[in-house]
Amino acid sequence: METLVYTALFAPLVSSLFAALFGMTPKRQFVGIVTSLLLFVSFVSSALLLDYVMEFGSIHVTMMDWIVAGDMSVPFGFNVDQVTAVMMTVVTLVSTVVHIYSNGYMEHDKGFNRFFSYLSAFVFSMMVLVMSDNFLGLFIGWEGVGVCSWLLIGFWYHKEDVGRDVNPSISPAWAANEAFIMNRIADLGMLVGIFLIYWNIGSLQYDVVFSHLDGLSHGMLVAIGIFLFIGAMGKSAQFPLHTWLADAMEGPTPVSALIHAATMVTAGVYLVIRANPLYDMIPEVGYFIAALGTFVAIFAASMALVNRDLKRIIAYSTLSQLGYMFAAAGLGAYWVALFHLAAHAFFKALLFLGAGNVMHAMHDELDIFKMGGLKKIMGWTYAYMGVASLALAGIWPLAGFYSKDTILEVAFNEHTYGIWFILWLTAGLTAFYSFRLVFLTFWSDSRYKEFGFHPHEVQKYVLWAMAPLAILAVVFGWYKDSFMEFVTRTLPLYEMSEHTHHMVGVLIAVTTLVAVGGIVVAYLMYSRRLKRNEKIEKSLPYRVLSNQYYIPIFYEKAFSKPYAELSDIAWKEIDMQVVDATVDGIAHLVEESGDGARGMQTGNLSDYLKWMAFGVIALAVLAVFVAMKS
Amino acid sequence: MVGLNEYLILSAILFSIGVVGVIRRKNLLMLFFATEIMLNAANIAFAAISSYHNDLTGQMFAFFIVAVAASEVAVGLGLLILIYKKYGTLDLDNFTVLKG
Repeated sequence: METLVYTALFAPLVSSLFAALFGMTPKRQFVGIVTSLLLFVSFVSSALLLDYVMEFGSIHVTMMDWIVAGDMSVPFGFNVDQVTAVMMTVVTLVSTVVHIYSNGYMEHDKGFNRFFSYLSAFVFSMMVLVMSDNFLGLFIGWEGVGVCSWLLIGFWYHKEDVGRDVNPSISPAWAANEAFIMNRIADLGMLVGIFLIYWNIGSLQYDVVFSHLDGLSHGMLVAIGIFLFIGAMGKSAQFPLHTWLADAMEGPTPVSALIHAATMVTAGVYLVIRANPLYDMIPEVGYFIAALGTFVAIFAASMALVNRDLKRIIAYSTLSQLGYMFAAAGLGAYWVALFHLAAHAFFKALLFLGAGNVMHAMHDELDIFKMGGLKKIMGWTYAYMGVASLALAGIWPLAGFYSKDTILEVAFNEHTYGIWFILWLTAGLTAFYSFRLVFLTFWSDSRYKEFGFHPHEVQKYVLWAMAPLAILAVVFGWYKDSFMEFVTRTLPLYEMSEHTHHMVGVLIAVTTLVAVGGIVVAYLMYSRRLKRNEKIEKSLPYRVLSNQYYIPIFYEKAFSKPYAELSDIAWKEIDMQVVDATVDGIAHLVEESGDGARGMQTGNLSDYLKWMAFGVIALAVLAVFVAMKS
Repeated sequence: MVGLNEYLILSAILFSIGVVGVIRRKNLLMLFFATEIMLNAANIAFAAISSYHNDLTGQMFAFFIVAVAASEVAVGLGLLILIYKKYGTLDLDNFTVLKG
């Protein structure tokens, strides 16, 4: 079994290093094939591990000592329990699909080999993140996925910066830096949390930490919980650190599918699920997490309502769904959060890959107002995106229906009706914006003709590669009960009260109603042809939403600009005037004294002898003085 | 009676003459003479003190100095001849190749 663990973990690393060998060379098709195969190997190992864990329980392996200093000992250990096995399978499955997909998507890209190297490196980091048996290993994976995300968002770094009104993300390089810096801010919080854990418990192993939580004061637990959650907020793009996720859409679409929808952004949710013994002891922090998640869910959904950018709409919906996951995890229903995480990974990755197909067909055009009528040309992509959108909207019997509905039931069961109501409303909005996207892209009038596009369906194998995701987006929800039985061997069981049991039917009915309602509204508004209403587009709420509540501009004015000015002062006043001036001063002193002393070097032996005699006399006088003193 | 002091005074006078010679003279040959004078001033002091203390070490040392001085003159004079052949003069003021 150890072999399987190591195969699953290291196959992506080997794949990344292999692709890196050809990083600077022109496209080699076999790089794409070999990396995809290695990822498939990793997926098979993960699936076998899942099967093994299902039968025999969790596996723990320690590869080697990593940090041993004083009484601190952190091994390179990996723990594959039920939660990790689920995460590994989800991550490697989506990764494999995305790798195969990228062979087609990146076909004509100069950086083909480099892209696969980054992508596999990301998978390796993500595997370290989910498999580590201690917080430090998790943190290494955490930073690793951050770096890979930076590399991949800025993959087309050569594009020029443009104004916010042309492209809200300015440029890939800018977006990559934004994502990286925002994650750094959050990671500091996480690091503080890890320090606090070590400080108070003296170990970073999950099992040791979670069995010693009782000994800590409540205030300390709250502090640890909050600091760890700050880390999770950054990675999972929760308010107020959410702006980077939409801008991260500057990266290639397979990256958006893998990193910014299915895997990396769910790392924050994974952390909260992993630390469930901690959050169980501090329900008030859990409640805060749930409330924040709920807020983000509706906040992001509202921005998706009016956006015209195909990928940004899906990005906001990701943000919104992450809010759902946090709501569930915060309310103590960890397995529900994990269930939604897995279901979301499948249908959202499918949605993004479908969006990639559309982009490919439309020559990188992202404005859905310029599309329309594509279902005749791109039947398969339409089917995939339709299924994914139905799943996202939560329509029976697709995966999203089961997971989202369970989250709503949890909110109802906890008597947090406010949260329930907002999440319920968001479900309607989700259905609306998902189908606004589908109708504007695939139905209605063929607006693309005016703009001179000649769309075409993508390669066959790309469509085949997407099939597993489509199948899972449909059937995954049917396994809800066995999934629950499986993961609750590690995670706490969540019991619905009698009252909720009675109400389930009604809850499902109202949720389905609002989802169908959203779809119907979208159908009525957008299915025939695009009718633009100047008055609405000029109105204040519309502008606020389409400008993301002016938050990016606010951040720029409130943080970036003053920071740049502060840096300018630090540079011109402190660095140049104090630090540099000191260093330069020393250099000048040496130079000038040297220049002054140069006069001695006449080259005339006679002068040198005079100096020597003078020196000898001076030394003699000194010696006499010293002798007289003592 | 000539005592230790007189010898030391003589040695000091000779040494000073040597120092002044080294500083003031411009001719390389004269510089050599001046250094020889200084060496011999030291020899006198060694010999005198050695005799005063009835310790032969000082006189032994003086012999070493004589030997060193002899070999130094042998090498030094050879160099002087080469310099003279090359530049046609031994005046120090003409050799300022190392001016900084």
